[in-house]
Amino acid sequence: MKQLVILSGKGGTGKTSVAAAFAHLLSLDDAPLRTVLADADVDASNLELVLSPKISTREALRGGLFAKIDWDTCIDCGICEQVCRFDAIGNVSRPQFYRLAARRVAESDTPTAPIPELPIVDPIACDGCAACVYQCPVDAITMHDQVVGEWFRSESRYGPLFHASLRPAQENSGKLVTLVKQQARLLALDEDYDLVLVDGPPGIGCPVISAVSGADMALIVAEPTAAGVHDMHRVLETTAHFGVQSLVCINKADIYPKGAVEIETSCHKQGVQVVGRIPFDTTVTEAMVQGQSVTRYDPDAPASRALLEVWGRVTPLLQNSGSGDSHFDPNST
Amino acid sequence: MIIAVASGKGGTGKTTVATALAQTLARADLSVSCLDCDVEGPNAHIFIRPVLNDHKNVDLLIPEVNADLCTACGECAKVCEFHAIVVLGGQTLVFPELCHGCGSCAMVCPEKAITEVPRTLGILEGGLSPDGINFGHGLLNVGEPMAVPVITQLKSWRDYMDADVVIVDSPPGASCPVVESVRGADFVLLVTEPTPFGLHDLRQAYELTQELDIPAGLIINRDGIGDAGVDAYCQEVGLPILMRIPLEREIGQGIAQGKSLLEIHPEYQHAFRALHTQIIVHPPPTSPRHQGEALPSVGGGIEGGE
Repeated sequence: MKQLVILSGKGGTGKTSVAAAFAHLLSLDDAPLRTVLADADVDASNLELVLSPKISTREALRGGLFAKIDWDTCIDCGICEQVCRFDAIGNVSRPQFYRLAARRVAESDTPTAPIPELPIVDPIACDGCAACVYQCPVDAITMHDQVVGEWFRSESRYGPLFHASLRPAQENSGKLVTLVKQQARLLALDEDYDLVLVDGPPGIGCPVISAVSGADMALIVAEPTAAGVHDMHRVLETTAHFGVQSLVCINKADIYPKGAVEIETSCHKQGVQVVGRIPFDTTVTEAMVQGQSVTRYDPDAPASRALLEVWGRVTPLLQNSGSGDSHFDPNST
Repeated sequence: MIIAVASGKGGTGKTTVATALAQTLARADLSVSCLDCDVEGPNAHIFIRPVLNDHKNVDLLIPEVNADLCTACGECAKVCEFHAIVVLGGQTLVFPELCHGCGSCAMVCPEKAITEVPRTLGILEGGLSPDGINFGHGLLNVGEPMAVPVITQLKSWRDYMDADVVIVDSPPGASCPVVESVRGADFVLLVTEPTPFGLHDLRQAYELTQELDIPAGLIINRDGIGDAGVDAYCQEVGLPILMRIPLEREIGQGIAQGKSLLEIHPEYQHAFRALHTQIIVHPPPTSPRHQGEALPSVGGGIEGGE
């Protein structure tokens, strides 16, 4: 079983459109690989929008621990505020904490009571480290968890899809990515699928590291713009750092042909194979509006033809790719 | 005043908007700071062109265990929420990539066997642009998972916060790095493209601003592509549409070459000045759903005028 992750560094280069096209091409009758799909961009999970999934399993992920101070026990010694390194504890003299305290009183059994001059925790700023819990001399602080997001297994038009949605302003996006990928991998192993296709998040940090972990190959969707080239190099360094082989395809290649040449030259120097150019094509957006992959919506569109070629080059390389059972995911513990 | 530019979806034009706004205000003789908080893929410097002559490492304090003093009692491991310090076979081990730098282990160690030592996660670079913008960005080191400390330290570096206007360019998404970038802002300028993907991710970003209690307005970029879903959503929740930038090949090509929006179309500075005035004079309510009506739009981009 192989695992292919689609990445970009910069956002909005077309990762999801490429992933959706591959999912479609993989579902065709003569396709050589049975595939499980995973959307690892849990902040902006868009793959479902073009795969019309029917959710069959849905589970909440709890986490996002935050501290809460019991005002009846608190002696206002100030130690919690001193030990917190995340600026998450303060009292009513600071506006952000005043608002929190006012809301807490308003939602309590005594909504008209005066707002006490005691410390309060900002749950969004709280890192969940619990340092204050252990330092509080009167045990007035306890930790609480919350639902940070949900993950789903769906039956999509192109096979099983694992995806998730993170509650806005929550942490743990890396954990949710890990969870989605683990579930996809387990199904693939249990039911003898050939491929797990992972639509990755932008950037190079925590969720990307989780998305890359265990991949046999990364396909980087680059954009021939000044910003796109800069970010492509950052993501290539990241995949190299974790020992995952990378391929590059250039999307919207004709917007700035000089940039496309620059990408090809620089990839060639680094020994990274460029597997094709996809032209800027408004059919891609039309297909998205219709909730479809571009290759299904209009197989003759310039972008569809190019994607078919790219996929034709990726398949044999993927089948010959290395073992890739690398374990460096910070969220797998 | 701090204005954060955010989006949910990547590649919608956050940096285009943030840099155009910063350049407009700098030319209007305001003191302007511009902070690129997309530390995983910072790009604003391409358009602002600062002289980055100021550098600082971003360090996180992580534990170092003195084996001579350590009795392997396990107190440190017990308080660590992140499994970054564990006791195995009578030895205390630290996993630096998992450590959040909270210092709890050092505080509870009964033998005082733990000291905290800096570990470098990335760097900050800062300097002035030709038009006088006090610019800064952070670069997360390759292989490092934690972007948040880099963003936190960038926002408290140099004298950025003393400027008349601070423009914060946020990373894409709606989780912790975005929260850290947007935190403390007086206004969030959301940028999206009018497509189903753009709409889906705008929802996430707008809900984040509501969660943080910060007023927000929207710029629709690449107007004309896609469908009317974003407009309908804005009407439904009362999110004011402050500007529209049309889908134009000339803009796309110019940005690709590293030209700022004002270099491609200088007349946009009128629309951005009007936008800034609107944000200051008539800030939209925090929760339009409950508190009032949407603001009228500045108008179709370049026609905005002063």
